[in-house]
Amino acid sequence: MEEVDVEPVVTKIPAVSDGKHMGFAWGPGDILVYETLHKASGCSFIHEVRKDEDIYSPILRKLFNESHHIFVGLQTIREDLPSKSRKPQFVSISKNYRSVIRACMEELQQVAVCSVLSQVSILLAIELIWNLCEVLFIDAAPAGSLLLHLLDWVRLHKADVDEKARDVLQSDSPAEHRDYWDVVMSYVLQGRLDEARQMLMKQATLQPAARNMYKVMDTLLSKMPFFNPSGTQTLTEFDVKWRHWHEEVDRCLQDNSFASNKHLEIICKLLLGDEDTLLEHKELLGTWYHFLVTRLLFCHPTVKPAELHYYAQSCMTMFLDSRSVPEPLDSILLAAFEFDIHQVIKDCSIALNNWWFVAHLTDLLDHCKLLQSHNLHFGSNLREFLLLEYAAGLFTHHSLWQLAVDYFDHCPEFGRVYLELQIERVPLDTERKALKVLRICEQRQMSEQVRSICKIMAMRALRNNRLGSALSWSIRAKDAAFATLISERFLQDYCTRGTFSDLDLIDNLGPAMLLSDRLTFLGKYREFHKLYEEKRFTEAAKLLLSLMTAKIAPRSFWMTLLTDALPLLEQKEEEDIEVTKVELLRLALARNLAMAIVKEGTVGT
Amino acid sequence: MESINAKYVSQKISKTRWRPISHSFLQQPDIFATGSWDNEHNKISFWSIGSHGSSAMEDEFEGEPQLSCEQKHDGDVLDLQFLDQDRIVTASSTGAVTIFHHHQNNQKISIAQQWARAHRYPCDNAPCTGVVCSSPEIVTVGEDGRIIVFRADQEGVVRVIENADSSTIHAVTYLRTTEILTVNSIGQLKLWDFRQQSNSPSQILSLSGDRVPLHCVDRHPNQQHIVATGGQDGMLCVWDVRQGNTPFSLMEAHSAEMWEVHFHPTNPDHLFTCSEDGSLLHWETSSHSEMPSFLQGGRNSSMMSRSAMAPAGGNQSLINAWLSGDSSKGRLETSHMLPSQTLSVNSLDVLEQCLVCGTDGEAIFVNRQVPV
Repeated sequence: MEEVDVEPVVTKIPAVSDGKHMGFAWGPGDILVYETLHKASGCSFIHEVRKDEDIYSPILRKLFNESHHIFVGLQTIREDLPSKSRKPQFVSISKNYRSVIRACMEELQQVAVCSVLSQVSILLAIELIWNLCEVLFIDAAPAGSLLLHLLDWVRLHKADVDEKARDVLQSDSPAEHRDYWDVVMSYVLQGRLDEARQMLMKQATLQPAARNMYKVMDTLLSKMPFFNPSGTQTLTEFDVKWRHWHEEVDRCLQDNSFASNKHLEIICKLLLGDEDTLLEHKELLGTWYHFLVTRLLFCHPTVKPAELHYYAQSCMTMFLDSRSVPEPLDSILLAAFEFDIHQVIKDCSIALNNWWFVAHLTDLLDHCKLLQSHNLHFGSNLREFLLLEYAAGLFTHHSLWQLAVDYFDHCPEFGRVYLELQIERVPLDTERKALKVLRICEQRQMSEQVRSICKIMAMRALRNNRLGSALSWSIRAKDAAFATLISERFLQDYCTRGTFSDLDLIDNLGPAMLLSDRLTFLGKYREFHKLYEEKRFTEAAKLLLSLMTAKIAPRSFWMTLLTDALPLLEQKEEEDIEVTKVELLRLALARNLAMAIVKEGTVGT
Repeated sequence: MESINAKYVSQKISKTRWRPISHSFLQQPDIFATGSWDNEHNKISFWSIGSHGSSAMEDEFEGEPQLSCEQKHDGDVLDLQFLDQDRIVTASSTGAVTIFHHHQNNQKISIAQQWARAHRYPCDNAPCTGVVCSSPEIVTVGEDGRIIVFRADQEGVVRVIENADSSTIHAVTYLRTTEILTVNSIGQLKLWDFRQQSNSPSQILSLSGDRVPLHCVDRHPNQQHIVATGGQDGMLCVWDVRQGNTPFSLMEAHSAEMWEVHFHPTNPDHLFTCSEDGSLLHWETSSHSEMPSFLQGGRNSSMMSRSAMAPAGGNQSLINAWLSGDSSKGRLETSHMLPSQTLSVNSLDVLEQCLVCGTDGEAIFVNRQVPV
């Protein structure tokens, strides 16, 4: 048995009193728990314990539906295209997923109830992780563009800078606002140097005496080189240029050009990537990964993907206090910087209570061919395992089960089995729902399930005396046995009442008549009656004869047939048809009648 | 055709209907109602899409429906119709028929009237599957095979046709003011004349061959004898109820059940169908010639998008795009209205140039520039 990764979470069942025993039963997504004394059960309640509350949130439902749409689209991307043209597609799909997460987050934020806040923060974290995975794994940017993408990543997740800047700019005297320097520093830390320069100009106009100093700073800021991936400059050339610039900044610092202005000096030190100065601004940075990206920006902009984890580990250690325990999010991000995809997925699976994130991310990474085949104890691969878990959870939802069907479809090994087991358990309250479930089964050639569902619906119809419905269900399932059962009902009805019920059905059976012998007999027998009523006795007689000779009549009905034959026999023969047969019939009648009376004693049903 | 976007609404939509507009004021459709199904708590909701007349640039954002109000509904909403500007009638899976009143001034919905167990079995509820109204008369049909006639504002039931059908009646529509047409799950169309006291249909029509269940029916707005139906096999059939026992035309439309078929109310050369297979098709006959055509008496091969058919048909004296045939001038075009395959499109409604549809993917699509 493997070691447990994390201590199991204890959930108290409030309604069960302390110290009592509990019995339980596992369900697909939940546990049923009841209070029990081992000998007699005195409780009257069964408690349902659910781990995943998210699928019942109305706003998060949009996440599940939209992402289902994206998932299905992803599965249809053709495998035979060269990887070069597929990568942009994967990146765009990844962006789609993220925009769906963001849309949900925005909606949740508008609701702004405290129960929802934890969901918002979880979604924030999810989007952060996904974005990083997109940058590192899917886009797989090489050195040079890697830093630019990481910068974008950090900027996207630190929105308070813009808010503060707006406040500052809208005030009467922005340069004297108490947050002014914070804003400038934050811009520098995020590499938004143009905006920093614009802000600094406001200060420069206020201090004409120090104009030269501000001019120098402005020049430094404007000359910082940024790598242009689509340009002609190679990475080495960029590196050289950057070092020149770095030396220039260093010279300015050594020259004490900014000695008289403490703020500008700090900015200069930041531009040099001085660790101590960076760490002094922990509140502006907020997180260790911001610290990491800023440090890389000002010390090592040509960082290679393989080198990331050295910096990440050291930055995290430096930034976090030695006492504080790294949160799950931190270790997940660290694992991502180490390019350990499996660790990322594993940690996310443990930290989140819903398989949505890991299932979709793993599926996307699998399509990018980034997951090695990973043998799990039960044989299927990681992607399939996660998708199955996710879909099985969806299936327990009264509405979202339809989405789960598509997920099962794209799990080649076990998806079908799971679907077969689950689809039979969908409650069928209305015919409309039964039709939809049937369509799902028929499209996948699940004939067992089709038969069983049709049988359930047909039995239900039969119990409610809806013989036409029952027949239409048995036709759908091509269930001859059931069609026979229905015909028996009709015939019984006729025998008891002397007339047919539901004539509209029997008169219009059409080719469905051939489904079962009994049904054919029913249809033909009714036809006989119609012919008789229309006084077409010859044809009626012929039909009756064929019914008797064809031996499709049930034995119990022979008496009735013979009784029907009696008036015909008394008819004058209008045509000389099959006189012999009729004679034989007369004979057989006499003998049969005698035998029947002797054998059964009484005549009657 | 402009692209239409999905609005995700966290409920599977079973029915959607435009609120009727008054032609005198040249209104554009702006409010529609939806009903949900398969939820623990189902709802009916009213949505508004604002008005036309804004700059074309902002059209995409303006077109997004906004929820005005919603109300809890007991059971799945299996059908929904506007009785008049303020009231809707719903058919529920619990067998109840309810009239809801939409108070526009304060955006509230209240129950005006309810017939709780209108459709039922002796020991159980029977879902009410279809409702059609012509104010103040309401006609409903259900899985119990009953046809019931109500009057709004009147407590009891005006008339019941017990055991009208031995199978489930899926849909109902008015043929004339005193005649209705029902379709059932053994593939029959039945005409009922309310002027007659008997409880049997005045006419039964059905396809020869397989008895495929029929799910939806709609009557041509101008020609009352022309009716279109759709069924389990996704075939679109056009019938002439005056003559013959068989449909005039059969077209392979969808690969799964067709849930709704609608003639465009003011421009009946256009027909819309939606299906379980996730597609919504717009059928258009070109009626520029004097004998616009569409049809052949017989089966068509499957339709491709934007394909033009040259039907071979007999000569008909009546002028109708859907029935008459003049081979040389025949043209029928079909086009998909939804951007990509979705889960089942359960319902659609079209009014003027606006089309709304709802899907099992919990999305509503609104297209305000349907080319009709």
